[in-house]
Amino acid sequence: MPRFLDTSLQNSKPAVERKNRKKNAKDFKNRTNDPAALEMLKFTTENNIITAFDRWSAQQPQCAFGYQGICCRICFAGPCRVKGLEGPGSMGICGAKDYTIVARNAIRMMAGGASAHSDHGREIVEVLYHMSEGKAPDYEIRDADKLHRVAKKIGLELEGKTDLELAKEVALEAFADFGRHTNDHATFLKTALCEKRIKKFEETDVFPRAIDREVVEVMHRTHVGVDADPVNIIFGGIKCSLADLTGEQLSTDISDILFGTPKPVLSEANLGVIDPEKVNIILHGHNPVLSQMVVDTAKDMEEEAKAAGAAGIQLSGICCTGNEVLMRNGVPIATSYMAQELAIATGAIDVMCVDVQCIMPGLRNVCECFGTKLATTMSISKIPGSYHFSFEDTKAKKSAEAIIRLAIDTFKERKEAGRPTQVPQVKSKLMAGFSLEALMDLFAAINPDNPIKVLTDAIDAGEISGVCALAGCNNLEAEYEVSHTTIIKEMAKNNVFMVGTGCVMQAAGKQGLLNYDAVEEYAGPGLKAFIDRLYDANKDKLPDKLPLAFHMGSCVDNSRIFNLWTAMANEYGVDVPKVPFVATAPEGMSEKAVAIGTWVIANGIPCHVGAMPPLEGSNLVWSVVTCIAHDVFGGNFILETDPQVAAQKLLAAIEYRADKLRIHRKVAEEYGTELCQAF
Amino acid sequence: MSSAWKVDRQSFEEIYEGSIEPGKEPKKLFRQALEGTIVALSYAEILLNKAIKDYGEDLKIGYGGETAYFIPAIRALSGDEITTLGECVPILNKMRDLVKSDLTLENALQWGESTIHAAEIIEAVRYATGGHESLPLPWTGFISDTYVRKWGIKHVDWTIPGEVVIVGRFRTSEDAIRIVNKLVQKGFMLFLVDEVIEQLMEQGYKFDIDAWPVYPLGNFTQIIHAVNYALRASSIFPGIPAGDSFNHRNYQRDRILVFVMALGERDIVKAAASFAAIYLGFPIIVDQPLDEDEIWPDWYFSVDDYDEMMQEGIEVRGIKITAIEIDVPIVHGPAFEGEAIRRAEMYVEFGGGRSTACELVNMVDSDDITDGKIEIIGPDIADMEEGKAYPMGILIKVYGRKFQSDFEPVLERRIHYFMNYGEGVWHMGQRDQNWMRISKGAQAAGFTLNDLGKIMYGYFKKEYAAIVDRLEIQLITDQAAVEKLLDEAHAKYQSRDDRLETLRDEAVDEFYTCTLCQSFAPTHICFVSPERTGLCGAVSWLDAKATYEIDPVGVCQPIDITEKNIIDKEKGEWSSINTEAAARTQGKTTEVCLYTMMDRPMTTCGCCECILAMLPECNGFMVTTREHKGMTPIGMTFSTLAGMVGGGNQTPGFIGLGRLYIVSRKFLPADGGLGRMVWMPKELKDQLADQLNERGKEEGFGDNFADMIADETVGEDPDSIMAFLEEKGHPALKMDPLM
Repeated sequence: MPRFLDTSLQNSKPAVERKNRKKNAKDFKNRTNDPAALEMLKFTTENNIITAFDRWSAQQPQCAFGYQGICCRICFAGPCRVKGLEGPGSMGICGAKDYTIVARNAIRMMAGGASAHSDHGREIVEVLYHMSEGKAPDYEIRDADKLHRVAKKIGLELEGKTDLELAKEVALEAFADFGRHTNDHATFLKTALCEKRIKKFEETDVFPRAIDREVVEVMHRTHVGVDADPVNIIFGGIKCSLADLTGEQLSTDISDILFGTPKPVLSEANLGVIDPEKVNIILHGHNPVLSQMVVDTAKDMEEEAKAAGAAGIQLSGICCTGNEVLMRNGVPIATSYMAQELAIATGAIDVMCVDVQCIMPGLRNVCECFGTKLATTMSISKIPGSYHFSFEDTKAKKSAEAIIRLAIDTFKERKEAGRPTQVPQVKSKLMAGFSLEALMDLFAAINPDNPIKVLTDAIDAGEISGVCALAGCNNLEAEYEVSHTTIIKEMAKNNVFMVGTGCVMQAAGKQGLLNYDAVEEYAGPGLKAFIDRLYDANKDKLPDKLPLAFHMGSCVDNSRIFNLWTAMANEYGVDVPKVPFVATAPEGMSEKAVAIGTWVIANGIPCHVGAMPPLEGSNLVWSVVTCIAHDVFGGNFILETDPQVAAQKLLAAIEYRADKLRIHRKVAEEYGTELCQAF
Repeated sequence: MSSAWKVDRQSFEEIYEGSIEPGKEPKKLFRQALEGTIVALSYAEILLNKAIKDYGEDLKIGYGGETAYFIPAIRALSGDEITTLGECVPILNKMRDLVKSDLTLENALQWGESTIHAAEIIEAVRYATGGHESLPLPWTGFISDTYVRKWGIKHVDWTIPGEVVIVGRFRTSEDAIRIVNKLVQKGFMLFLVDEVIEQLMEQGYKFDIDAWPVYPLGNFTQIIHAVNYALRASSIFPGIPAGDSFNHRNYQRDRILVFVMALGERDIVKAAASFAAIYLGFPIIVDQPLDEDEIWPDWYFSVDDYDEMMQEGIEVRGIKITAIEIDVPIVHGPAFEGEAIRRAEMYVEFGGGRSTACELVNMVDSDDITDGKIEIIGPDIADMEEGKAYPMGILIKVYGRKFQSDFEPVLERRIHYFMNYGEGVWHMGQRDQNWMRISKGAQAAGFTLNDLGKIMYGYFKKEYAAIVDRLEIQLITDQAAVEKLLDEAHAKYQSRDDRLETLRDEAVDEFYTCTLCQSFAPTHICFVSPERTGLCGAVSWLDAKATYEIDPVGVCQPIDITEKNIIDKEKGEWSSINTEAAARTQGKTTEVCLYTMMDRPMTTCGCCECILAMLPECNGFMVTTREHKGMTPIGMTFSTLAGMVGGGNQTPGFIGLGRLYIVSRKFLPADGGLGRMVWMPKELKDQLADQLNERGKEEGFGDNFADMIADETVGEDPDSIMAFLEEKGHPALKMDPLM
């Protein structure tokens, strides 16, 4: 079914065929448009320091079977690969066809993603639970209002309970979403969906019961000789990806309860935030349970740092734990995933403290060259040669102190040894901290009775054309951050209101796209008027003028974006597929991105991915996820490596949805009927 | 000569012969269709088994009582009359089992059949479980039997020359409206799926399936509602039995002349759906470029230009367009007949009690007429003030060597249809009770009364060429001239009424057959007498007579009913009629009684306006109409009844009939006549009230017979009706027992 108003864009095939995708392995050091990264790459290549960019180059050309998803390593009778369309070579030894192999590989990625987000969530739930029992004394309830709202949302009785009692009940409900043995629906998901989506997920048998169970089911389903039906496999994957969303929703909700719900905050981004005269600690990974503790503890240890000769302690972040502390504390962003080793190569980092996810094993080799201490903290995430501080929520502050003390000691060592530093003087101002609550507060200044209507009215009036969610990772298949900035600028020019999370927002921040200067430079007149209008109504509360795109947090905080489109759908009185809303992961890479992208389209939102996921090996799977998914769920993948073409498709998809909603409303009025709910 | 639809092939696969050169199979297309079939079947399985898990295998399915044909496509092709979710399982499993993966034509056709089943199960499950997206008007989703029957009659005489299924989205909405208007003007029935619907909405297209069958079905799998519509047509009109897939497919191929325009990006499910169409004999034309191994000549091919695509479709199906070209600034054709012009859209009006008006067809001598002359007497539309009423006299002079004065009223009644054919022209009533409107749109397009004359001239000459040699039209808007015409007309109306009064079954020597429907329903035959129109309500004795004059070897043949052929005068049985019935129903019906429904009654086809059934509990008859969706006292809706008695069958105790036959003096006299009528839908009673009362008086039932007849407001079961009839002293209660 068509998905774009402009039918000339209606082609699910990417603009550039697989064989013609440009991957200039030799020119890897120019494979970005981030000036800080370019400067550091010049330095690392001159000094033979190996980073992801060198390794990417060394991997070219990458295996075409794996790239297309038609390499099967599920059992060790293989590996098998699909060698053509007909004959025995077109199947694995077991007889699995291209579509079975591609679908199985894809949903195993979803299971990986769901595991990561949800296990992250489980850590947070455990903290809440232990805190409620008085066993995690370093933690507290920082947003009691949110606790009450979440408790109410998931159906708990508030009356006559202390906050700690309530916190315990919320934790128990969240635990139940991991390991339920009945066929009841996952609570944190069901209570966040609009009614029509609940019905859709029930009817198509993709409503998750419990997170662990759905992950296990995927692993079972994809074991040798179980599910061979590609549609059944994909639907199993959708169910698992919705379990991922469940994990994200409860992660965000409980993080806000424990650490506070973000509010607009000013900060900076890019390697220029590193100050060689300070004790530099980079917080890298995803989970706020430790990073927030380091932020809180660092304030108390400022004097200790100064005593060691430092100008103070400079915290900065990489990846989503960086986003967590940016959102709540204004801790600046050092850089994003793909440049994590380049941050070490500045020579000015004393400790890089990591927790889970997206931590390159390659970091350690770079650390060796610069004396930087790599500190791992989680029992499931260790790297040979690194310090390991075993994190326990019962003694969290102690771990944080030990890490900061290691940094102070390393600073002393660095200064004593007179090690040189090379910090690019590149950084940009940014504003972040836009939780859904913070966004609604902005809207409420214009329409206190119905804040979300400010956004839907602006779309109806044509002031803005719709909303685009920016999410996802870095991937050197594309030029680092080029797709991000290209798409953001195109969206801005065409009056699309943008919200985002994850590494894409770090790119935006680094490249000066999360401040008002960017509004003036890139926003179309409607978008600028809308952002100005929001600012004017909220002048007194805001630290500065509003940014071009609204940073909503870490990758689990994609739940906030999901809550935003659900609120819009409810306001319009429609199911999600009719809301003029799209999503893009310009440089998707991780398994988490696969899970997110899948629940985005299952929710009825078109989702662009700018780095090619391993799906091209099956025409069936390709056709299902790029075309037929739209007929069934109202969302579909737009798999497009050219960011210009991708931007056109995203705009055309927004236009298409806004147009269809407009026509359906017109028709309802003309015929005196209810609004058509078909999409 | 019989015009009945017949099968002329041994195996259905003959139709594909020679279309693929050996070694040049469209393998890539086949592969897409295979993969799409896998997706469709898997999706159907997921939805079905989830629904069974949630609602139980006994949950009733069947499109909410809108059809008497169960799950119609599955019933027609497989013969299974499914009523519950659980019964879908074995059928779906069988269809999965039949899918073989070698890329051959034979297998590809099977994928098509399997895809039909998958899509029909998906839709049926969604209707049964409320998972179906709520589709408000004008979207139709599943189309009820009522419409399949209602439009049947337009298929019969090829007013509808074929059907086009349009799936997807045109490059622009201007393309969409242009092509759809062209197709409608040619008389096509249209099934629309996906965003061509929104494109037409954007262009302000008015969907009104009561005015013309342009069906906006919905999206995606809702395309199956075009298929289950077509397969109900082959179940209803020719009465092909459930499961006789060979003949259902033959009928689809030969008689339901469909082609599919598939617009926009192709995907594998669409490829599978294309083979579903090909399986039924419908070719697909796409607007996307195709690789060499994606093309199947004559069956699946690409045409970039939409007008050319339409033309190719018409040619590849051998569809004969009966629409005519007339040089006027508005579009015209049967498709616009049902269009209404509300006061706000009206530019000027004529008659309707607001001004003097009348219409008259007058037979004249050859010297008094100039063929093709159109004369306007008085001001034309351009000189009229918006919103006002003006006088209007329509005089149509006719000369023909074979023309008879009896044909004047036949032609005069056609004024109503032919005027309504113009888009932006509206007509109702007749004689001096007529009422016409011209829309603002037509006025703005420069439409004149002369154009109106051209439209009427064009259609009269097209349809009555055999009896009308010369035709001249006067359109009079001058008050004095209209009044003069009115005097002439009144005299004429009076003499015709006098003639009609004498036009009784006993007063003529010939009745007529009508087998117009046989091109569609090959074993049905109507016998038309002066006091009984065909059961479609559209063919009177005079119409039949004129039709015979137009085509002496055509569908209306005279039958000698003089004394010598009478077998049973009371029941209305003639040997001549029996002979004709046997000859013209392929021997299926050999004896027919015209004046009773209890013994060998007339056969019933698919297009009847009403169905009459006996109601033994009340010692009388009940009648229901195609439009009445509600229940009836015999516990069956019109749809169910029609499914039971239609298809050219003789069913004692049940007959199809035209509305006006109820108030005929020859309304089943052998069974007791009008006095048996105990129940009918209120709408029908209101329409016929005056005539019912008049006929009631003649029969001695008092002044208000209409009030003695029960309707749905009284009750829908025999008990509550009985109480009502007793209270009213209904004559049926005093008659001899029916059985």
